[in-house]
Amino acid sequence: MTRKQKRLASIGGVMLVIAVAAGLVLTALSDSVAYFRSPSDIAAEAPGPSQRVRLGGLVQEGTVQRGGSDTVRFSVTDTVESVPVVYRGLLPDLFREGQGVVAEGTLGPDHVFVADTVLAKHDENYMPKEVVDDLKARGLWEEGKGMVKASGGEDAAPAPVAAGSVEASGS
Amino acid sequence: MIVETGHYALILALSLALIQSVLPLVGARIGDARMMETGRSTAVGGFLLLALSFTALVVAYGTSDFSVLNVFANSHSQQPLIYKLTATWGNHEGSMLLWVLILGFFGALVAAFGRDLPESLRANVLSVQAWITSAFLLFILTTSNPFTRLVPTPPEGQDLNPILQDIGLAIHPPLLYLGYVGFSIAFSFAVAALIDGRVDAAWARWVRPWTLAAWIFLTCGIAVGSYWAYYELGWGGWWFWDPVENASFMPWLSGTALLHSALVMEKRSALKIWTILLAILTFSLSLLGTFLVRSGVLTSVHAFATDPARGVFILAILCLFIGGSLALFALRASSLETGGLFAPISREGSLVLNNLFLTTAAATVLIGTLYPLFLDVLGGAKISVGAPFFNLTFGPLMVPLLFAVPFGPLLAWKRGDLLGAAQRLYAAAGAALLAVILVIAFTRGVAVLAALGIGLSAWLMVGSFVDLWERANFRRAGFRIGLSRLAGLPRSAFGTAIAHFGLGATLLGIVGASAFGTEVITTMKPGDTVAAGGYEIRFEGLSQRTGPNFTAEVGTFRLMRGNAESGTLESSRRLYTARQMPTTEAGIRTRLFSQLYLSLGDADANGGATVVRIWHKPLVTLIWLGALVMAGGGIVSLADRRLRIGAPARRRHGKAKPAGATA
Repeated sequence: MTRKQKRLASIGGVMLVIAVAAGLVLTALSDSVAYFRSPSDIAAEAPGPSQRVRLGGLVQEGTVQRGGSDTVRFSVTDTVESVPVVYRGLLPDLFREGQGVVAEGTLGPDHVFVADTVLAKHDENYMPKEVVDDLKARGLWEEGKGMVKASGGEDAAPAPVAAGSVEASGS
Repeated sequence: MIVETGHYALILALSLALIQSVLPLVGARIGDARMMETGRSTAVGGFLLLALSFTALVVAYGTSDFSVLNVFANSHSQQPLIYKLTATWGNHEGSMLLWVLILGFFGALVAAFGRDLPESLRANVLSVQAWITSAFLLFILTTSNPFTRLVPTPPEGQDLNPILQDIGLAIHPPLLYLGYVGFSIAFSFAVAALIDGRVDAAWARWVRPWTLAAWIFLTCGIAVGSYWAYYELGWGGWWFWDPVENASFMPWLSGTALLHSALVMEKRSALKIWTILLAILTFSLSLLGTFLVRSGVLTSVHAFATDPARGVFILAILCLFIGGSLALFALRASSLETGGLFAPISREGSLVLNNLFLTTAAATVLIGTLYPLFLDVLGGAKISVGAPFFNLTFGPLMVPLLFAVPFGPLLAWKRGDLLGAAQRLYAAAGAALLAVILVIAFTRGVAVLAALGIGLSAWLMVGSFVDLWERANFRRAGFRIGLSRLAGLPRSAFGTAIAHFGLGATLLGIVGASAFGTEVITTMKPGDTVAAGGYEIRFEGLSQRTGPNFTAEVGTFRLMRGNAESGTLESSRRLYTARQMPTTEAGIRTRLFSQLYLSLGDADANGGATVVRIWHKPLVTLIWLGALVMAGGGIVSLADRRLRIGAPARRRHGKAKPAGATA
């Protein structure tokens, strides 16, 4: 091979690797990402049985049931609609009624959401960002104040109040 | 008082950094030796001021001075002293101060050990380093001042986030930052070389040890962080492909690539432009990581309190440095000489292959991490990119790379013999084949994919030492001469072998834990028994315990293996009183490299029953041990004479030797 051919072969090899990587990325992006949906979104348009969804909202008060040994049922609400969820496994430490939560999984044929992951955050003030954005869009959330309708915020109340007063005097 | 001193020192450090940003650079431009010299004193002085400032904050935390807002928000008088101290960097402001302190530390190291660097290069490097320091000090002083006072002084603090009250916080962030920020040196050298328009093998000799040191810290930092998340979060997972994890993994990938390409540049003067670009990209990814973690733009399982205004500031720093350095690169790169031709099948060729796969892999991780953000900004759907994406893209890219690893060190520089290398790898191929057959036989043909994975790790682990074995030539020379030959080999050859072996070990751990792990979730009453991972586990009951700043409900489990008693295991649910925040403390039993991991779930309201989740994870500790072995390989390599910080000095005395002659 001449030098030019060698160089072309090397560049071809590099291109091949990058093309394969790009192909993988595109396939993976169309198949294996999860879309964020609020309970209202799901009520309006149910996702397909194989579509992975991140269902975000608040854990509806009084809906948490621990059935059997390891299955938990609860409902996720955005104060307008609510979706029943079934989850097998340990709930995160900060999972509480009335608190923000993100459940990842698929919607079953009986319109019960089957979650394989449930996320609540590390911080007691935490509200999943997607949930906050969604509530903001509906006018149910105000920056710095939290939920406009006090639908069971007794858990979250003490810490944000303290933090708020600190910020006021600190800066 | 000490708090104000710390604040003042921080402002002084900023002024020094501003001076250092300009004077040495101008000095190098006009050839004024005294102006260039100021870089060294300002770098050391700036570091001392930053150290004073940081110490002031540590003292404020140590003495629980709640008149400082930062201490109030992140500490509590009843925390054990060690967590009071580590809380210093367990929050945004303090961790940024630690970030800048380490930046100053590396700058001071260049000033102290860079006596043998060409004057203008050193001056430029220190100036570039000072640009970064200035930007981040401005950021701290204007948006995240850790020294803000609080009036009136509250009697008690709000406690550190309980998840962070762990020895992991003492180790993980400092190591990670030493890695992240360590790459700033490679960046500064790259930008300085572009400013100078000159880069040679001596440049690579200088950059490589710094990159290697940063890489060692980052490797350890990621491994410690992964293990910390594994035992502290109580989910039994060790890697979540979470944005914050990716943020540290991307610089690691490109830093690993940089390490290898700098080798080519040092030994063969080739790949100069690419190495410079890689140095810029690696630190850019570190900055991006800081941005992702600190701005909270992405939802993460590890994200703590964040503030969007700060995000905008860091984004501005990010654009300035990445955009600026890349623009400079575009302008000046073509003026750099290229050198060192090589055939595709050669040591250089294999290192290019390594770079190709590592940077492509880093790019896929980058896309997966940022894609949701872009889609969100563009007003599209809100999506999350999780493990399935990365398994589908990152995994396939790693397989050919891992397969190629043992070939690299066996190929000669300039022109290698692929067939010869393959023939010398017969032992590794045999080991791999044996591993595949054994695993398939033991699992009765079920776990074919896992068998191939274990075969690949055997190939890596055995193949890593073939180079050493061949060079010692035990078979022909006999044991004694072989041993003395082995002792005479450069340490970097051992470093390579050890690091590649560690990579194989990590792979073995990953395959073992994910393919053969088992999981049981069940409700247990006292006296119940459950079988998991070869153990009979008996639940003895729950008891209450009180810690310094928490109360705990402790579940005690008695383990039986066969008929033999094998001790007890405790797992608990803690409630931290100050924040009323619960955490789970998993019970972990290690047996050889495998672990039994037991996590308590919610207690039933009636009669002491509790949900228990038990994992058995075969070979799981190899994941982290392998990473530590990799870092160990790096340390051995760093101890190589040729790489020692003072080495260029010795070389300069014997100037007759042409550069690269020792290679």
